[in-house]
Amino acid sequence: MTMTDTHCPYCSLQCGMRLAAPAAGAAAQVLERPEFPVNRGALCGKGQSAASLLDPGLRLTTPLVRERRGGELRAASWDLALDRVAAGLKAVGERYGREAVAVFGGGGLTNEKGYLLGKFARVVLRTPNIDYNGRFCMSSAAAAHKAAFGLDRGLPFPLTDIARADCVILVGGNPAETMPPALRYFRELRERGGTLIVVDPRRTRTAEQADLHLQPVPGTDLALALGLLHLAIADRRLDADFIAERTSGFEPARSAAMAHWPERVERLTGIAVSQLRSALDLFAGAEKAIVLTARGPEQQSKGTDTVGAWINLCLALGKAGREGSGYGCLTGQGNGQGGREHGQKADQLPGYRSIVDPAARAHIARVWGVDEAGLPGPGRSAYELLDTLGTEGGARAMLLMGSNPVVSAPRAAHVTERLRALDFLAVSDVVLSETAQLADVVLPAAQWAEETGTLTNLEGRVILRQAALSAPEGVRTDLAVLHGLAARLGTPKGFPADPEEVFEELRRASAGGQADYAGISYDRIRAEDGVFWPCPTGAHPGTPRLFLDRFATPDGRARFVPVSYRPAAEEPDAEYPLYLTTGRVLAQYQSGAQTRRVPELNRAAPGPFVELHPQLAERLGVAEGQSLAVTSRRGRAVAPARVTDTVRPDTVFMPFHWGGAGRANSLTNPALDPTSRMPEFKVCAVRVERVR
Amino acid sequence: MRIAVVGAGMAGARFAQQYRALGGEAELTLYGAEPRGPYNRVLLADVLAGRYDPEAIALPYGPQVTLRTGGEVLGLDVVRGELHLATGESAGYDQLVLATGANPVLPALRGLHGPDGLKAGVHAFRTLADCARLAEDAGGAERAVVIGGGVLGVSAARALAALGLLVEIVHQAPYLIDRHLDEEAGRALRGGLAELGVVSYPGNRARALHGGDRVTGVELASGYLLDTDLVVLACGVRPRTALAHAAGLTVRDGIVIDDRLATSAPDVHAIGDCAEHRGTVHGLSGPAWEQADLLAARLAGADPEAHYTGSRPLARLSAGPLEYAAFGEVGEGLPGTDVLRLADPTRGSYKKLVLRGDRLVGGILLGDLATVGALTRAYERDDPLPADPLSLLTTRS
Repeated sequence: MTMTDTHCPYCSLQCGMRLAAPAAGAAAQVLERPEFPVNRGALCGKGQSAASLLDPGLRLTTPLVRERRGGELRAASWDLALDRVAAGLKAVGERYGREAVAVFGGGGLTNEKGYLLGKFARVVLRTPNIDYNGRFCMSSAAAAHKAAFGLDRGLPFPLTDIARADCVILVGGNPAETMPPALRYFRELRERGGTLIVVDPRRTRTAEQADLHLQPVPGTDLALALGLLHLAIADRRLDADFIAERTSGFEPARSAAMAHWPERVERLTGIAVSQLRSALDLFAGAEKAIVLTARGPEQQSKGTDTVGAWINLCLALGKAGREGSGYGCLTGQGNGQGGREHGQKADQLPGYRSIVDPAARAHIARVWGVDEAGLPGPGRSAYELLDTLGTEGGARAMLLMGSNPVVSAPRAAHVTERLRALDFLAVSDVVLSETAQLADVVLPAAQWAEETGTLTNLEGRVILRQAALSAPEGVRTDLAVLHGLAARLGTPKGFPADPEEVFEELRRASAGGQADYAGISYDRIRAEDGVFWPCPTGAHPGTPRLFLDRFATPDGRARFVPVSYRPAAEEPDAEYPLYLTTGRVLAQYQSGAQTRRVPELNRAAPGPFVELHPQLAERLGVAEGQSLAVTSRRGRAVAPARVTDTVRPDTVFMPFHWGGAGRANSLTNPALDPTSRMPEFKVCAVRVERVR
Repeated sequence: MRIAVVGAGMAGARFAQQYRALGGEAELTLYGAEPRGPYNRVLLADVLAGRYDPEAIALPYGPQVTLRTGGEVLGLDVVRGELHLATGESAGYDQLVLATGANPVLPALRGLHGPDGLKAGVHAFRTLADCARLAEDAGGAERAVVIGGGVLGVSAARALAALGLLVEIVHQAPYLIDRHLDEEAGRALRGGLAELGVVSYPGNRARALHGGDRVTGVELASGYLLDTDLVVLACGVRPRTALAHAAGLTVRDGIVIDDRLATSAPDVHAIGDCAEHRGTVHGLSGPAWEQADLLAARLAGADPEAHYTGSRPLARLSAGPLEYAAFGEVGEGLPGTDVLRLADPTRGSYKKLVLRGDRLVGGILLGDLATVGALTRAYERDDPLPADPLSLLTTRS
């Protein structure tokens, strides 16, 4: 039996775990790894059952090829499958131009894969059109972070700072269900006498633990943040010295807040003025105070502004850029942080560099040994890429890794139609996901315990997932796939299948960028329980806390953003009178491609449901468990009713883990944030009816 | 394209800010009669109470907007599409937005005026300048009388009491804030005010002001004399329509507008306190901003066909222990309505809902506003109510 220290295959917490891999044939076992500081041994049900994912019976073990449109996917050899992918991508490039070949990645891919996928798109395919599902996840917080602080790292401080804070406002996040082992930091905060304020339209398991739960109308978090800033100004709670010495642009932000007086904010958010006051008193009165946002405020067509308004509040009160205080974002996907740093994003090159920055282009071209002029410019963002597939000017062929947009994209029925309209689709995945079922070629990928690679957790800590056992016969790693495809497409060098070799190149590529990994090595990560970026040299200790002396802007000052409230892209009306908001449940993860195949998780959360308030249920004449049809302007979903007073009476909630009839994303609105291009997953207008 | 906005108050500033936010690209000029730029008039009482610095309540009005303050617009030529300014200049427009607001109503009182306008110690309370003068005067005063016990009068009285003055309210109607509250709520509010040091005399009319150079007292119709150091006039406002009237626009109580917010003259719109829509002049910030937002969406092209069908405004005060929210029809005996009432005199709370079928027609919350969010949204959206509407008056335990 071999024991390997590694990390969980799921969320951005990247809990440390130990995998016991017995001799061939027997099942691997997940064990505690108490010395890893992030989770100190604790694992949630998903982590504990993660070894089930390795069961060869659940997954693909041979490439599948569809000989002709409408034909069946049939087992094929790797050579044939890779030849087909190379030929498919090449044919489309020749017929429609290089831009018609697209790549779609995922926030669950390791840094090595994300990096190499970006390089593959730009060097081998020479297409600008690469983006990834992290656009649906991190992009609003990332844009607001960049705008305010000049740099985007989800948490600019370690998780332990949460436990040591005096007050934390958690906006639209539900770690009790989405990352349970992180909850201990919030518990410790309260045990130490600190206060937890949770902002959520639902009284979630997390909100149940809060000292103060603010339950706003979906899509009004921006008004709430502005209202709190207004109160901070009115009550003279500002940190004038901090504003003067460490920030710029306060005046326009102040004046914008003046248009959001408490009684108006009460009307917009549905949160009573007295509660606004309590929240401000708790937050402003705390010495160490933190605001955390998650997908709730971010997945809106005004997500960037909303996060900016919360950052404004922190800056105005001097709760940033000093130890123990600040703004942070709870990243979602396993490598949601690293996935956005090394070139999977349409506008970005490795090291969190801008693809339009000439110096950045020159540096990366040098590392890649290519002509700078040949590097493509920025491409389409995720939804725009998916929305235009198979259309005039849109992509006609796509290589997709580590994502399941048929379930996870907004307006999913339309996205499915667009994917079907492609001339050629290749999908690399562990399982035959809903998206893989549409592919011309499906490549069976190795997964977490079977391959080594780094990920960057929500704290900016680069960790190492080490292979604990070998992949089943017939399965290859994504790196090996890229290696094979690059060779077939005329680039035999520069695409190593060995992860450490890729990481060594990533270090050089990231050197001098904002997300500088130059000083991080596999050995250091093993020895130090992860290393926080930026870490420019081997002697550098890494950076657990950012911004203590200066922010990463040219003048070192954090920037206020002048933002004003605006409604959701689609507000309820007579025809669609209710809000729909979406989210996750404890036992499932993202599009469910992994968790829906684990029996114990499926028993705990077997299928989709529609959560609605007893008052609404009474009006509709619906009892618990009866079938409900939820209809929006984009589609219809059917799922059983779950009646609970934890949701607002004007709002229904659906989890988004399932495809098929109960697919929540059939309903969601692809209205995009103008800056981050984030779709509005978290609020749209629906009608709800009983299905008889 | 050139858009001129006459009036740099809440409606005008909001229009300009929203027009730019929605991508409107016309040349935009905001003409303000007051010497300073737009500010949040809703917060005036809090400025008086010393809670906000006067500078702190400035409002945004969008980028690339020319603001001309302190310059009265004297004339409007709707045929030529021109404004005539006090400076003697003319300024052309392609689209005109009248957001001229309202003036305080001055009551018919003997002794109201001195040699230069209002008698010394007598204050209107509409602008920041009024507020500054009043605050300065209040600094040396011990007693104040507020004439008018509506929303503004009560807010002003509360602010003056917070500054340590003994304050009396003289109010003609039988109870305070009679436009929005019912009698019982008015009585409860009166009790709450008394605890803050504000004595009110509903059902009384002021007849005359006493004092020579400076006011010394308010004489009631009953003959009773209230000694005072200063007087605040809060007898309501009247839409400023002179410019529109002189230009030949249709004016009744306010400048008459249709569902497109258009006046009777081509390319001339009116919003806010100066406008009359379907017979209603609102005189509250909520409807003014709804109109400004809608007109901005029309003119910026974001929603060129948007129509205004009216507002469901809310009267709201939140000041420490003294809090109320009121909306809609709160009178009893409306045909087809049911009334639900909860009073808790020991806690000083009073709550009332007026229902027609499963819809909310009006409501009052006083003293305990825990459910204000849900209630006012239900009213605003005209949502169907739960079978047990009491749940809208009580919180989950």
